[in-house]
Amino acid sequence: MTLEKTDPAPPARRARAPRRWGFLGRRLGFYLAAAWSALTLNFFLPRLMPGDPSAAIVEKLQRASGQQLSPSALESIQKIFGDPGANLGRQYLDYLGQLARFDLGVSVSNYPVPVSELVWQGLPWTLLLVGSTTVVAFVLGTGIGAVAGWKAGGRFDTVVSPLTTFVSAVPYFWMALLGLWLFAFVLGWFPLSGGYDADLAVGFSPAFLLSVLHYGALPAATIVFSAFGGWLLGMRNMTVTTVREDYVLLAQAKGLSHRRVLLRYAARNAVLPNFTGFALALGHVVGGALLTEVVFNYPGIGYLLYTSLQQRDYPVMQGVFFLIMLTVLLANLLADSVYALLDPRIREGG
Amino acid sequence: MTVRTAGQEKRSQTTAGTTVLDVRGLTVEYATGGAPVRACSDVSFTLRRGEILGVAGESGSGKSTLITALTRLQRPPAVTTAGKILFHGRDNAPPVDLAALDGRQLRRYRWSALSIVLQSAMDALNPVMPIGAQFADVLRARDRTLDKKRAWARAAELLALVGISADRVRAYPHQLSGGMRQRAAIALALACGPELVVMDEPTTAVDVVMQRQILAQVLRLRRELDFAVVFVTHDLSLLLELADRIAIMYAGRIVEVGEAATLYRDPRHPYTQGLRDSFPPLHAPLRTLHGIPGTPPDLRNPPPGCPFHPRCGQRTAGCDERLPALLPVAAGPGHEVACLLGEQRNHGLSEQRGQALGEQRPHDETEGGGVR
Amino acid sequence: MSTGFLASWKVRTGLAVLTFFMLLALLGPWLTELLGLDPRANDTSAIAQPPGGEHLLGTDQFGQDVLAQVVAGARGSMYVGLVGALVGTAMAILVGVPAGYYGGRVDGALNFLTNLFLVLPVLPLILIVAGYLQGTGLTTIALIIGFFGWSGGARTLRAQALSIAHRDFVRAMRMLGEKGRRLVFFEVLPHLTGLIASMFLHAMIGAVMAEAGLAFLGISDSSAISWGTMIQSAQQQSAVLRGLWWWFVPPGLCIALIGTAAALVNFGVDELANPKLRAARPVSVRRAKRLARAAATTGGGSR
Repeated sequence: MTLEKTDPAPPARRARAPRRWGFLGRRLGFYLAAAWSALTLNFFLPRLMPGDPSAAIVEKLQRASGQQLSPSALESIQKIFGDPGANLGRQYLDYLGQLARFDLGVSVSNYPVPVSELVWQGLPWTLLLVGSTTVVAFVLGTGIGAVAGWKAGGRFDTVVSPLTTFVSAVPYFWMALLGLWLFAFVLGWFPLSGGYDADLAVGFSPAFLLSVLHYGALPAATIVFSAFGGWLLGMRNMTVTTVREDYVLLAQAKGLSHRRVLLRYAARNAVLPNFTGFALALGHVVGGALLTEVVFNYPGIGYLLYTSLQQRDYPVMQGVFFLIMLTVLLANLLADSVYALLDPRIREGG
Repeated sequence: MTVRTAGQEKRSQTTAGTTVLDVRGLTVEYATGGAPVRACSDVSFTLRRGEILGVAGESGSGKSTLITALTRLQRPPAVTTAGKILFHGRDNAPPVDLAALDGRQLRRYRWSALSIVLQSAMDALNPVMPIGAQFADVLRARDRTLDKKRAWARAAELLALVGISADRVRAYPHQLSGGMRQRAAIALALACGPELVVMDEPTTAVDVVMQRQILAQVLRLRRELDFAVVFVTHDLSLLLELADRIAIMYAGRIVEVGEAATLYRDPRHPYTQGLRDSFPPLHAPLRTLHGIPGTPPDLRNPPPGCPFHPRCGQRTAGCDERLPALLPVAAGPGHEVACLLGEQRNHGLSEQRGQALGEQRPHDETEGGGVR
Repeated sequence: MSTGFLASWKVRTGLAVLTFFMLLALLGPWLTELLGLDPRANDTSAIAQPPGGEHLLGTDQFGQDVLAQVVAGARGSMYVGLVGALVGTAMAILVGVPAGYYGGRVDGALNFLTNLFLVLPVLPLILIVAGYLQGTGLTTIALIIGFFGWSGGARTLRAQALSIAHRDFVRAMRMLGEKGRRLVFFEVLPHLTGLIASMFLHAMIGAVMAEAGLAFLGISDSSAISWGTMIQSAQQQSAVLRGLWWWFVPPGLCIALIGTAAALVNFGVDELANPKLRAARPVSVRRAKRLARAAATTGGGSR
């Protein structure tokens, strides 16, 4: 503890700059390690499973195409799903090399379309749907949660919180079915399935984009409706706790406007745990969104995963899983970056 | 080393000054499932301009409840059920009852008339806002014409006032040491030139050396800026160094109030005596230290009569039946005690008050009884 | 805390609903027999009947009674929920508690594992594994769900174990030469029972939902009946497009009810344990308002 009256001001700014990257650097390191683990998991899964997936795939392919498989196709499949003849270390290196070229093999059910092509087709749709709904659900849930927590025990809170508890306990795909039945079947406001009007040419024409919005609205709405409750309840409880912190009390004593106390003091601090819990929540949302795509026959990778599962199209399954994992890791890194931006304490040391 | 400085001479002039705060019969209750629990009962005191009033008591004596009620910061389940908090502004306008104002009206008085320093600056400063921003927002809320740049410059000036160099204005609270944070919190309380600062044990979170420094700074700033202080603490010896007058709280009531020196030299309430004897004196020969046996009463189920009687060594007949009123004693000017022993000793003074004892509003004489 | 446990209406309501579904799962076969229903019987005279009359909740495309199916489905869903939660909670304990207690390198490794499973999207992972394991029964599905769904619980347990490991009584016992493993399981673990119970509930609803999701994607025992398989067959038979809402609404509603019940119990317990949340209960707020009003009308006061 310092004894002097005027503090000599330790060189705060000089020390801060290099440390600023401490937290994010460590997280980046973790995500790289996680990505590597996921790749390795992806490598071992088919090899640990009973039977020989590789042989099954080859057999299926030959049956589908009615001809002998080309040696290059055979090699590509064996690199990903296991080659009973080769040793594991060699296989692993080959597998990594394969992935580095983004060669995920060929689809069994859509022979001979490469898996990477199928996956690239579906990815923008899913990113659009899941990305936008995640952001909307987060903003909506966090905002309403802050208001409910601010006046906790009041009329708004008493109605909204129990309702939300129920809504967030509803499975995504059931909510999607219900929405589909009510708004598309009974009321006819939205199309019953698909991601765009099939009569229109795919492109950036206004008519096509409009149809994308029209087709996407209902799936997006059901995802938002299922997902915002979790954010709301978390934020509500954090706000209730934060509102009783001394710094909020002091902000009130300062006579700042309610708006400012809520936004800059209470909600600003209460929102932080929502970012640390992002990973857990995102897993839920991604899983839920995949199921929602199935309900709406939405042309994203969730639907692709579903159809490949139906047809036991292992290369596609594996490719979709690989891509989802990378995207989720990236999204988590993004959430961590926002968190580091919002919390000066985390930025440096902790 | 003593922190008693030139402030004390100044005080003899200011005591002649006008009243800044006049609390009458303040009662705070907690709404529970059963009967409401009274955490503060019928608290009355006055504070003169530039005066430091110390409030001492054990934990659970109602100190913190009193602070949140005074500053109108209490939250459910605490409710102010009776009493007035009359604030006299510098402008000689008629006094305002802070307890009766609604949120919007109250905001006009916040920080420019009445500010607060909380116990732990670590918790009281927003962890995600730079120190300067926490000054700037209140400065600009009080003075709409102030632009951002000048508000930050003013924040740096205020920090310099408590010995924190101006370049720390952009630092976050966690980048400051504990003592610096606490001094920053005091500077923050003075930002809008308040007439009254309520301090809630502002030195418990720092070490003794820093404690001294902070107290010295409070005295110096009081001298320069002329604000009154309500200083709440459990540490009676600290108040002896700092306060002009001291009020002792027990079970939600003021049981004794008087000039700091008189109260220390000649405490009249057995509880004050016990409190005094449980701290070593700082500038006097050591006495034998005694604690107070027993524990504070359960406010959900307070004992009948004087709330202190179960722990009191000088208990006599009637202590468990009659609640003693706070009455003047001859010991010194403005010295008051709520104890049956004191009543007997000062029989002459309390004669007329005797009938009023059942009714719990015996405090009328402090301000000549004109307000109520 | 245990005495006041039932004081919260949230806990009581939640436990009541959970008990109801437990009983439904246990007594299901007996109950359907009593009602004279058979979840697998096809009533060809009543195909896709709306609710009412002979079939209380209507019938599906194959003339099977929806009520009987919901009752039978409770058994399947609750079974997966319980087994999945058991496995998941056990794994969370095995990973989380030692990580928090031992710290150091053990913690480094276990914490990395926890964080890894935390960021990996579990549903696709389960899908892949279940896809490889062809012909999966309910038990296998429950095991897979539990095996991949422990990371959230492990993280919480690790934090708690960490704080307990630094408490004085544990330090004292360690200094007295108490063995690590005994300390962990007999001294540290009992302090976490409340948390573990709440985690178990959480894991159970998670497993019920995951099973429903998997069944919806066609990964299930084709002969088993669960709420998930009901919704899946409704989807496959385009129940939505034919307006057969009574086919897929009841099973989803049951899942939502169980989820709500588990959330209510956890909320209620949170409120009891956290005084800040307790003060925010409507009843507390109303009480304070009433007191303030009473004070204002008697003229004593302020506000």
